[in-house]
Amino acid sequence: MDGQLWYIGLAALFGLFMAWGIGANDVANAMATSVGSKALTIRKAILVAAVFEFLGAVLAGGAVTSTIRQGIVDSSLLADTPELLIYGMLASLLAAGCWLLIASRNGWPVSTTHSIVGAIVGFAAVGIGVEAVKWGQVVTIVMSWIVSPLTAGFIAFLIYSSVQKLILRQEDPLERAKRYVPIYMFFAAFTITLVTLLKGLKHVGLELSMTQSYLLAMAIGVLISLVGAAVIRRIEPNRKIDKKQHFYTVERVFAVLMIITACSMAFAHGSNDVANAIGPLAAVISVAKTGIVEGRSAVEVWILLLGGAGIVIGLATYGRHVIATVGERITSLTPSRGFAAELAAASTIVIASGTGIPISTTHTLVGAVLGVGMARGIDAIDLRVVGRIFVSWVVTIPAGALLAIVFFYLFKSILP
Amino acid sequence: MANMLVNIFGTSPVQPLEQHVNIAYQCTKQLIPFFEAAIAGDWEKAKEHRAAVEQYEHEADNLKKEIRKHLPKSLFMPVPREDLLELLLVQDKMANRAKDVSGLVLGRKMRIPDAIAKDFLLFVQRNVDAAKQARKSVRELDELFTTGFRGAEAELVEELVEELDRIETETDQLQADLRAAIFRIESHLDPVTVIFLYRVIELTGEIADMAERVGRRLELLLSH
Repeated sequence: MDGQLWYIGLAALFGLFMAWGIGANDVANAMATSVGSKALTIRKAILVAAVFEFLGAVLAGGAVTSTIRQGIVDSSLLADTPELLIYGMLASLLAAGCWLLIASRNGWPVSTTHSIVGAIVGFAAVGIGVEAVKWGQVVTIVMSWIVSPLTAGFIAFLIYSSVQKLILRQEDPLERAKRYVPIYMFFAAFTITLVTLLKGLKHVGLELSMTQSYLLAMAIGVLISLVGAAVIRRIEPNRKIDKKQHFYTVERVFAVLMIITACSMAFAHGSNDVANAIGPLAAVISVAKTGIVEGRSAVEVWILLLGGAGIVIGLATYGRHVIATVGERITSLTPSRGFAAELAAASTIVIASGTGIPISTTHTLVGAVLGVGMARGIDAIDLRVVGRIFVSWVVTIPAGALLAIVFFYLFKSILP
Repeated sequence: MANMLVNIFGTSPVQPLEQHVNIAYQCTKQLIPFFEAAIAGDWEKAKEHRAAVEQYEHEADNLKKEIRKHLPKSLFMPVPREDLLELLLVQDKMANRAKDVSGLVLGRKMRIPDAIAKDFLLFVQRNVDAAKQARKSVRELDELFTTGFRGAEAELVEELVEELDRIETETDQLQADLRAAIFRIESHLDPVTVIFLYRVIELTGEIADMAERVGRRLELLLSH
């Protein structure tokens, strides 16, 4: 196809830019709570995030990437004009990337997912035609943006309520924490592994039956909870800071659990959000190489790797500062509360990733935090900010769409 | 750069409230050396302690304003905002009473009659003890927030508040005894002095009253 190198080069550049932005900003939300609660140092948090974002992207990121790549635009209409899809995807990447940059400069709480979906819908509806958008799919995605924070909030409410009942409100919270925290560890590891396995790992050469998946997930869950239990057993109460009920030490026990939920969160984030950067990239590459839009092949692993790498670079260059700042300022999310929010969000996100639905990880996490708040777990939640998040939710989609339309016509006129 | 996850968390009132009650207690505690100096007639020293009382009261006042500023109506909290503001108010009043009574005594250079001096110092001590117990109770606030105001921790706070009530009852008794003692000797004293003696006792006793109200507020938080 003419201009193939141009297209692929630009797409890779914009894709990396977007992935960098995700790594620089979004990942902080997944890791900052662990840093703030001193469960992890910044150095370790970056290492954990890098490894698990990468794993999430490569192992479980395929389905969402496919949705972004070919689930929103009805490409059958573009069989004669494949270059339009290329312009559109390039425009979407650039639009979402720019919008994110503008938004984070101004401190607006926007979602990468909302930006990219808004951008793709925008260029397709205006640049190609309203019928080019798979509206049924889009409605499903938008519904999921409402359902996912609610689900995460509900799960977080249940988890935190159980923590209160089983541990915090008892006479001997420390003993209780040591007994129950490994069970939560099991659930965290089990859920994430199981969902990932059930969704399938054929693309990395691993094929497991249903039973095998369950057994493997169980085994990993048990292994992690055993290791966790061993670490927890060594935690001694701090007599200087502790009062009678050892809440300070209880939180240190939960901090160990938080390392595991932070890994889960990074994995979940990688599985869902990396697609925002590489979905359009994958679409451009497939069309540019073959000249046809009906690419039915799965997303190539190297593209997933590229997305993962972009996130890690963003994390290492800029994300570390964000993690440090955010971590310092969310101390009210102590490990016992933070883990509940993270576990609920991570489970919800990984399930969504399994079904290929691009949801906003940060909004899901916000929903989970509110769930903990509903269980009387958080000292103070500023409802004005929650309101602003909902407003930005509504504004981001047309903003992404508008920018994408502008860039689409720009590319259409200047690119070969 | 702002981050939405950070901003969702309003400023927690818990640590500032605990800090405030500590300042209020430190303020009342100054009354002990203040009255010792006053009884000994050492007004220079009394003046120093009165300055410390004022200093603490001022500090408590500033912190009170700061806390109020960070408790906007848009906050969603496990307990009603009004109850926390009310708690803050009664904490602050402990310091206010300490300031009022020390100001009155220093301004009039009032001598506490020797006949009641010992009992009076005990009375002051117990009022300060009530403030201290209030501090101890409020310092459980972070644990209360951690446990969602239920369970073993809530019971612990209830016990602390009961002890606070016992101290307050004791100060009431001491106050009644002091009044009776003044009544017995008042014919030997200057009438204006007597009026103000009653006033000093009343103001001092209000410290324990306010401490008790701190306990009531905590109990209210538990009942939500």
